[in-house]
Amino acid sequence: MTTAKSHANHSSRPAPKPGRSVRFRIKRCEGPGKPSRWETFSVTVERGSNVISCLQSIAANPVTVQNVKTTPVVWDSGCLEEVCGACTMVINGKVRQSCSCLIDDYAPNENDEITLEPMEKFPVVRDLWVDRSRLFHNLSRVKAWVPIDGTYSLGAGPKEKPKSQETRYKLSECMSCGCCLEACPQFNVEPDDKKWDESFIGAHAISQARLFNAHETGKALASERLDALMGAGGVSDCGNAQNCVKVCPKHIPLTESIAAMGRAVTIHGIAKFFRG
Amino acid sequence: MSNHRVIVVGGGLAGLAGSVRLAEAGMDVDLFSLVPVKRSHSVCAQGGINACNEVARQQGYSEYEHFDETIYGGDYLADQHPVLEMANFAPKVIDLLDRMGVPFNRTSEGNRDLRLFGGSLFKRTHFAGATTGQQLLYAFDEQTRRYESEGKVTKHEFWEFLGPVLHDGRCVGIVAQDMRTMQIRSFRADAVVMATGGCGLVFGKSTNSIICTGAAAARCYQAGAWYGNAEMIQVHPTAIPGADKLRLMSESARGEGGRVWVPRKKGDNRTPREIPENERWYFLEEKYPAYGNIVPRDIATREIFDVCVNQGMGVYGENQVYLDLTHKDPVYLKKKLEGILEIYSKFAGEDPYSNPMKIFPAVHYSMGGLWTQYTKGSYTPGTPLPHHVSGTKSPLPNADIGQGMQLGAPNNMQTNIPGLYAFGEVNFAYHGANRLGANALLSCIFDGLFCGVSVLNYVRQGVPGKNPAANLPAGTFDAAVASEDAKAKKMMSSATKNGDPATNPYVIGKELGNEMTAACTVVRTEDRLKKCLGTLANLKDRYAKMALPDDAGWTNQSLGYARSVGDMLAIADAIAQGAMARKESRGAHYRTDYPNRDDANFMKTTVAKWNAGRGGCDLSFQEIDATLVQPTARTYGKTDAKKPEEKKAMAGAN
Repeated sequence: MTTAKSHANHSSRPAPKPGRSVRFRIKRCEGPGKPSRWETFSVTVERGSNVISCLQSIAANPVTVQNVKTTPVVWDSGCLEEVCGACTMVINGKVRQSCSCLIDDYAPNENDEITLEPMEKFPVVRDLWVDRSRLFHNLSRVKAWVPIDGTYSLGAGPKEKPKSQETRYKLSECMSCGCCLEACPQFNVEPDDKKWDESFIGAHAISQARLFNAHETGKALASERLDALMGAGGVSDCGNAQNCVKVCPKHIPLTESIAAMGRAVTIHGIAKFFRG
Repeated sequence: MSNHRVIVVGGGLAGLAGSVRLAEAGMDVDLFSLVPVKRSHSVCAQGGINACNEVARQQGYSEYEHFDETIYGGDYLADQHPVLEMANFAPKVIDLLDRMGVPFNRTSEGNRDLRLFGGSLFKRTHFAGATTGQQLLYAFDEQTRRYESEGKVTKHEFWEFLGPVLHDGRCVGIVAQDMRTMQIRSFRADAVVMATGGCGLVFGKSTNSIICTGAAAARCYQAGAWYGNAEMIQVHPTAIPGADKLRLMSESARGEGGRVWVPRKKGDNRTPREIPENERWYFLEEKYPAYGNIVPRDIATREIFDVCVNQGMGVYGENQVYLDLTHKDPVYLKKKLEGILEIYSKFAGEDPYSNPMKIFPAVHYSMGGLWTQYTKGSYTPGTPLPHHVSGTKSPLPNADIGQGMQLGAPNNMQTNIPGLYAFGEVNFAYHGANRLGANALLSCIFDGLFCGVSVLNYVRQGVPGKNPAANLPAGTFDAAVASEDAKAKKMMSSATKNGDPATNPYVIGKELGNEMTAACTVVRTEDRLKKCLGTLANLKDRYAKMALPDDAGWTNQSLGYARSVGDMLAIADAIAQGAMARKESRGAHYRTDYPNRDDANFMKTTVAKWNAGRGGCDLSFQEIDATLVQPTARTYGKTDAKKPEEKKAMAGAN
């Protein structure tokens, strides 16, 4: 269990001191097409500080280390407990949620520096906020839903063995944060939404196709999902770098999903060939 | 089919359930949200969703008992009929979620697993790991995406609701602002459903998401919608203290066997594992032998607060107690609670499988909200029944639709403004003075599905049927836009990079949160509330001189936040005034100067009406409909021989 390990790490070193200063080097940009620039801030951290609480202190007093008054940093955030996926950004070169990024882990000493950048696989809106609509669009490409007969009372759903539930639950924890896409060499920024349907769909959507194909009622659309994954930008575009699974904050077995869908697409293709 | 449209503001469970129900009936829906709807605050709900189920039923439980528990849990402040309808409808909600593919935990035979939750002696809580809200939201997000791909739902994500547009006293649309381009414009609609959640951010740090400012509800309130029971704010007993927010540690941790304790010896500095069983004080189990650790939230919160703040018995002398799961099998815990235990280990940096968690109460839920109406259903006993004895036969064996509320009545969950509805946490309808755990997800979905039909009927058969918003003159909408434009321009003109911190909106917001947490949470007194109103007046003055720290015409987040601070001040005033006027203790509202429940004077809804002239609220009390069950003392079987005066107080509350 990762939890036990991380605890061991925590207790093996002296606790960082609250009240120390930490520097934030932040990549800023006024809007799409505008040049970017770097600004550095110094923030006094308290116990339990994370990137969010530090950005909040900067907003309350937006002054750089050069004593230049500037504007609060713009960033996207929501739940602050790593279940909504909103506050994803690149921290010290690695994509992750900023809420669960504890300063004590990243900057334990006085004047340690943390670098914040927006994800680069999505168009920047402003500063650290990026436009991830393509990520949600790709969920529609694979019809990531169960085609129910409507919301009227029609009794219970299908029974399910615990093992199947456990597999589906894990896949269903995907919060559409985009870490897997940021880390993927095959997924590249594409501001033109007309090209989205031919561009690589990404690990998250492939895994969602697997999720819904595993559901008794969801299966009804299995063939359409596989069609979507068979075409341009589908599962065969995956270059097998396996970066996605390494950066997934929810430890979703993305490479397993890609392999499973790859096999399903192959079988689907052969069946289609013989059916004509 | 028609040129009717409905606007839904908010893409959490209530908003999405409503959107799906409306789209399914052929209505065109415009869905507005501050965030991509999949990131709405419903994702934070952890523990589960309540409903009577076959196993519990065969043990003697019923929909009626669920209803009675909810009324009792809410300390008799809710109108009773809507609660009955919700409890009766609950099993249908679970079945639907099941059909939608929610990965509910399963038993070995493949049935839906159940867990124990606060305020009940029966297992009636359905769950998907410890991220049930996330899983339920995703199910509705998926169905919404399905309707979106068919063109029946149009999403407007990253649009902020600025206010309702009123015409001839009815709601005919909204004004909203694009958070990226900053464009302000109006949208027409024949009905508007507010599904915008609670107002935790009024208290600064809470368990709520950053978007839960209550501003959307406050904008309706300032436009004339009434606000009910504002003072009823739930403080959840178990949260992880943090610098930016207080993260919820679900009630399911206690439902699955978690035990709350502190060392019996004050100032005991040993690590928890060094403290033997007989030197631990399991104070909830000791005081409440029947319910133990699963007493309702307000009670657990007050006990924890008392142990830490009044008795100074907190762990390591700080305001924290242990929530201990270390006696449970780690494999079992991983299956049932992994999601929340992962949150604890990530944010507290300790492994909760082998160390008791350190937790403290935090602001969590608004029972109060926009005041709404309903049409009573068919069940009307001649005289109210006594408090239901747990496990006994239900007086309503069939639990039929329409016993509590009339299905499709156009006024169900409609505010006092025709055409303006409030679904989910943003209304005040179901949870009285205290919400029971795992009833929130239920009330959201119930509103969307059941009251969505009311919206349809209002649109098709009511005034909009003959006079759709699409046919109204443009003037009304232009004027509403002009007014919001002017407000935004005024704020933008204040923008300066050289502002005094005293007029920085983020600083004002932070001070508001600190003051509201100090004065209006677990313990309230007249003196402290008076002081709070003084502080609010001071903050309002500073807000009037507020200087925006950003002058950008593109994606100016400071503008959105600063505007919300003004709205949070309006809600804060209603909360503090309500807390001051309610001279009794009931549910989450606890006044040390009036420690007893006073049914004769205060078994009433607090109604706040915005007084634009004064910039504050006018309060009145409104009779509630308690014709189904009689109020009884809400003791949860407390046995505390050491405090006779408290016992007397309980008896006095009868």
